[in-house]
Amino acid sequence: MSNVLLDARRIGKSFGGVQALRDVSLTIRRGEIYGLIGPNGAGKTTFFNVLTGLYSADAGEVMFDEARLNIGAPHEVTRQGIARTFQNIRLFANMSALENVMVGRHLRSRTGVIGAVLRNKATRIEEADIADRAHRLLQYVNVDARANDLARHLSYGDQRRLEIARALATEPKLLALDEPAAGMNATETAALRELVESIRDDGVTVLLIEHDVKLVMGLCNRVAVLDYGEKIAEDVPELVQRDPKVVEAYLGGALA
Amino acid sequence: MNPATCGRRDPRVAFAGTLLLAVALALAPFAVGAGAGIAWVRVIDFALLYIMLALGLNIVVGFAGLLDLGYIAFYAVGAYLYALLSSPHLAGAFPSLAPGLHWPVWAVLPLGALVAGGFGVILGAPTLRLRGDYLAIVTLGFGEIIRIFLNNLNRPVNLTNGPQGITQIDPIDIGGVSLGSTLEVFGIAVPSVYLYYYLFLAATLLVIFVSIRLEDSRIGRAWVAIREDEIAAKACGINTRNVKLLAFAMGASFGGVAGGLFAGFQQFVSPESFTLLESIMVLCMVVLGGMGHIPGVIFGGVLLTLLPEALRYGAGPVQTALFGKVLIPPESLRMLLFGLALILVMLYRPAGLWPSAIRRREFAGAGRSVEGDRE
Ligand SMILES: Nc1ncnc2c1ncn2[C@@H]1O[C@H](COP(=O)(O)OP(=O)(O)O)[C@@H](O)[C@H]1O
Ligand SMILES: [Mg+2]
Repeated sequence: MSNVLLDARRIGKSFGGVQALRDVSLTIRRGEIYGLIGPNGAGKTTFFNVLTGLYSADAGEVMFDEARLNIGAPHEVTRQGIARTFQNIRLFANMSALENVMVGRHLRSRTGVIGAVLRNKATRIEEADIADRAHRLLQYVNVDARANDLARHLSYGDQRRLEIARALATEPKLLALDEPAAGMNATETAALRELVESIRDDGVTVLLIEHDVKLVMGLCNRVAVLDYGEKIAEDVPELVQRDPKVVEAYLGGALA
Repeated sequence: MNPATCGRRDPRVAFAGTLLLAVALALAPFAVGAGAGIAWVRVIDFALLYIMLALGLNIVVGFAGLLDLGYIAFYAVGAYLYALLSSPHLAGAFPSLAPGLHWPVWAVLPLGALVAGGFGVILGAPTLRLRGDYLAIVTLGFGEIIRIFLNNLNRPVNLTNGPQGITQIDPIDIGGVSLGSTLEVFGIAVPSVYLYYYLFLAATLLVIFVSIRLEDSRIGRAWVAIREDEIAAKACGINTRNVKLLAFAMGASFGGVAGGLFAGFQQFVSPESFTLLESIMVLCMVVLGGMGHIPGVIFGGVLLTLLPEALRYGAGPVQTALFGKVLIPPESLRMLLFGLALILVMLYRPAGLWPSAIRRREFAGAGRSVEGDRE
């Protein structure tokens, strides 16, 4: 098994006149936390959207887990093992926290209409398993106390973690988090950091878009920097931090 | 209120309640027939048909959140299928089929569910990328197209007999017992409308059962997830195309069954029964009752069938008593009051008259706390 989990090759994407991504190539290794940083509008979210099939790429391809990723259909991407969260949280607002995570099991369960109506043994076993895993995931992200509350009534930090639990329910090989710490206070950010580390330790590779440079530098094994849709650096945090191009494009003030 | 605790009732109380309800439902036609006249039993029969329709539409609108303004088309498909397969009509166009087709009901109804479900997919497929207003317009068009077809498919081959409709449809026959005429049971004469009541009641209970089971399943959760946030649903690995088509098909199949029952009951179908107004009526039952909440939808179905009938019978005499003559014909008054009621409900109870606990909170909260995103 190669140690490269994801290999994005020369991805290009433009919106009308805006070239949001230009020839972006990056490789993510198994078991690492890979950071993707860059100024606002650099194309980070667009890269996520292309990767997870929400946008179709104009150019390039993605190899994932030694196969070509079908980036035409979001649910296929998820099936192949990439799960994501959104920069602006997208929960099922009027479902309970538990149900949100249960939806994440859709892909890994199979009850159809007939099974649902008859509720035969196979269905009951599967439902129990879905609920059980969902409960454990809520515990994992520490939202289990609010399992029966509507997602929309959860605190901001809880919503962020619930979204992560829902993504984990799909049993991803790669978990892609789009600015998970945005809007969090220091305590919440520290808890999130621990959570991301434990996810990695449990064998899930993490791709992390982040604005909080300190968080990225402390947490990530490797970091890529996007600027105006182009990758200007990719390396371990210590080196990226000192790269003059990066300092000029983005970090300058933040690191001074 | 926590749903987990309010569901935990004393089993003896629950059993007694169920028993009482069963007895009440079993005796209802006799009580209503004796108290208010047999015409009202007929109204109740229709209420049951409308409950089935409302529950079917509820799957599409209430669960999956897809607005459908042409739902009555599936009722029409079920009704015409029954009419063609259980009447002498086809013998007119195809003499070799004389004396027409007379399929048994146990074959026609499931086939009606299947065919209507197929039509659901046909309608659903081109609308998959549409939402809200656009979806409403396309489905509205679909409903009208079906009705126009029924009106015009009497040439070159007389399939539907056009605006005159199909007559002489066989009454529903269950195990050799025709529901079309009065039946002696232990010396008690049970009129035809009562017999249909029991059949419709059984069908309605089945539809309720299927609705409840579907709601509380992997499929039901996927529907609601799509309603809540389609993009997030996709990201969760839901094949939204298939799951939406499934919603259209399931909803339509309920309509197909109800349509078949309707055709056997009336022994006559014509395009007039399947107008846009009917679609809107069923949609109102779903919305007024409490979208996505099965008891609310049932309540909406009962209310919107009974109230207009009460007005139809009551409005004339009341006006005569008050003003000495009928100022507004009951039929117009019915629509006027109906419109007024709708506006009032939308203003004061936007979640419906009997919403689910969740939906009530949803409308009570100020705005959505979970924001959409640009993608
Ligand atoms: N759906 C879209 N339509 C048009 N332009 C878009 C769309 N999504 C992103 N963009 C543009 O692409 C560029 C990159 O945006 P984005 O990927 O959101 O940046 P980031 O996540 O790095 O802040 C921006 O100029 C943005 O305006
Ligand atoms: Mg972004």
